[in-house]
Amino acid sequence: MSEDGDKKISSSPKYIIPPNIIPGAAVATTTDHFINWFRYSSIWYMLFATACCGIELMQTGGPRTDLDRFGSVFRTSPRQSDLLLVAGTITYKMADRVRLLYAQMPLPKYVIAMGSCATCGGLFTQSYSVVNGVDKIIPVDMYLPGCPPRPEALNHAIIKLQEWMRREHWADKIRKA
Amino acid sequence: MDRWDGGDMKELAEWVIRDLFSKNPDTWQYTWAIYLAGMALAAVICLGFVAVFAGPVTWVERRTAGRIMSRIGPNRVGPQGVLQWLADGIKNLLKEDLIPDDADKPLFRLAPYLVFSGMFGTFVVLPFGANLIAADLDIGVLYLMAVTTLVVVGLLTAGWASNSKWALYGGIRSAAQLVSYEVPIAFALLVVVISTGSLSTQAIIKAQGGWPWQWFVAKNPFTFIAFFLLLTSAMAEGNRIPFDLPEAESELVAGYNTEYSGMRFLFFLFEEWANLWIMGAITTLCFLGGWQIPGVSPEKISASSGWTFVGWQLLSFAIFAAKVSWIVFIVIQARWTLPRLRVDQLMSTCWKYLVPMTLVCIAGVLFMDLYIVQGGITDKIIRWIMTLLGAAVIVLFFLRARYNYKMDKDKYPGLRNEKMWYPPYRMP
Repeated sequence: MSEDGDKKISSSPKYIIPPNIIPGAAVATTTDHFINWFRYSSIWYMLFATACCGIELMQTGGPRTDLDRFGSVFRTSPRQSDLLLVAGTITYKMADRVRLLYAQMPLPKYVIAMGSCATCGGLFTQSYSVVNGVDKIIPVDMYLPGCPPRPEALNHAIIKLQEWMRREHWADKIRKA
Repeated sequence: MDRWDGGDMKELAEWVIRDLFSKNPDTWQYTWAIYLAGMALAAVICLGFVAVFAGPVTWVERRTAGRIMSRIGPNRVGPQGVLQWLADGIKNLLKEDLIPDDADKPLFRLAPYLVFSGMFGTFVVLPFGANLIAADLDIGVLYLMAVTTLVVVGLLTAGWASNSKWALYGGIRSAAQLVSYEVPIAFALLVVVISTGSLSTQAIIKAQGGWPWQWFVAKNPFTFIAFFLLLTSAMAEGNRIPFDLPEAESELVAGYNTEYSGMRFLFFLFEEWANLWIMGAITTLCFLGGWQIPGVSPEKISASSGWTFVGWQLLSFAIFAAKVSWIVFIVIQARWTLPRLRVDQLMSTCWKYLVPMTLVCIAGVLFMDLYIVQGGITDKIIRWIMTLLGAAVIVLFFLRARYNYKMDKDKYPGLRNEKMWYPPYRMP
C-alpha cells in the first residue's frame, strides 16, 4: 500500500460496522475497533520526569485523578511502555537521552509533550541550553500546555489520547517490514 | 463398569483402560496413548485454570490497592474494569517484539519459558480437591522444592542475556534472594513432613482434618510459628513487595525484566501472579487442612459414587479455593501496606531470623511428637489453645481494621464529599 493510501485510511474513520447477526449472541466488530480497544484500554506510561511537571505527573497517578481507572499504570522501563510523557524541560544534554528512550519503546508508541517547556521551551525559550519544544527531536502526538499543567489537565489529555487511538487504523502504528 | 475412586491422573487413565476399553493396563499395547492423553488433559486443565486465575487476580489486586490508597483502581474497561487483565494481556501480545541488538538472543528468548515452566511445573503436585490432582507423587514436596528452582535459573538467564547492567543486578539479586529463601521454606516444609511422615501432598492433607483444630497450624506452638515463617518465605520466593528486591524500580530500572517487552514480558507477569496461587496452595495444603471438608473423611469421599462423588469433589475444590483466596488476599494486602526491605535487611531476615527459627521449629516438633501422644488429652488441650490463638489473631485483624475505619470515618467526607464505606455491589 502506498503512503497516500495509508494516510487516506487513517484520516477517514468511516468503516462499515456490520449489524449484529444474531442480536445478543454475537458481536460484530472490525479489526480496527477490536485492536484499538486493547490499545487504548491499557496505556502504560513511562516514568520520565525532568522538572516540576514530574510532580504533577505523580499527582495524576494519585487519589484525586486516578489514572489507574483508565488502565494506565506507570512502567519504569521504556521497553514495556506505550506512552512517553515528556514531563519537563529538555536540555540539549538530555535530548540524546530522550531520543534514546523513544527509540527503545516498542511500537505502537505515543508521546505527550507535557507543560510549556516540552511543548515550546516555555520559560526557558531564550536559554542557550534548552530545546525549544520536544517536537524538535521526537514526533509528538499531543501537546499539553500549562506551567505545569494540573493533574486534571493531564487526565484530560489521556482521555483525548484514548479518543485519538480509537480512530486509528491498526496497521498505521506498526513497523513496516 | 467399575467406579473410579483413584487419586490422580494416572489412576484415571488406568481406570479408562480397564473399564472403558476392557483391557489390562500392564499388557495393552496402547496404554501409553491413554497415559499421554491423560497428561495432555491434566496440562490443559491446569494451564486453563492458572490463566483464568492469574488474569483476574491482577484486577483484584489493583482494585484492592486502589482501596488501600484511597484511589479507585481500574473501573473503565468492561463492567467495573473486570476486563482490564484482558486488555493488558492482548495489548502486550500485539506489541512490537523487541530484542536488543547486544542481547544474547537465544538465551533472551529462552529465559521467559524457563521461568514459566518452573512456575507451571509445581501444578503437577498441587491438589485442587479430594481426587483432583495431576499426579500424586510420593516425593511431592521434594519435587515442589526442586522444580521451583528453575525459576531462579530463568531469572538469572534473563538478567544475563539482556546485556544491561540493571537487568544483571536484578538477576543476581533474584538468584541470591530465591536461593536463600529456599532454605527456610524447605525447613518449614520439613516441619510438616515430620508431622505427616510422608512427602506426598495428598498424604499431608489427609493427615489433617476438616476442622481448624485438626489442621497442622493448630497442632502445636511450633507448627503455628512455622506457618507464619512459611508464608513469609513464600512471599519472598514469589518476589512480592516486602521482598521484591529483584525488580525494585527505585534502585534498578525494572530488574531482570528491564529489556523485556511484549509477549516475553507477559510471561514474567503471568509467572508473578500465578505464583500467588502456588504460594497460597502450598501454605493451605501444608498448614490449613487443604481441601478437607469439615465432618467428611477422605474415606467417605472415596466410598461415595455417582453425583455424590462429583459433589464432594466440587465442594472440596471450593473449600481449597476459598482458603487459597484468603491467603492470596493477605499477601496482596501485605504488598500494598509494607515498605520494601533493603538488600542487607533481606539477607539478615533470612539467615539470622527465619533459618534459626525454622530450625527451632523442627526441633520443637520432633520433641512434641516424641512426648505427646496423638489424640491424647494433652494433644487436645494444645490444639484447642492454638485454635483459640489463631482465632484471636483473626479477631485482632478485624478489630484493627475497625479501629482504622472509625479513625478515618469522620475525616473522609471532608476530602471526597462521599461516605467512606460503600457496599461491594456498588463500587465506584
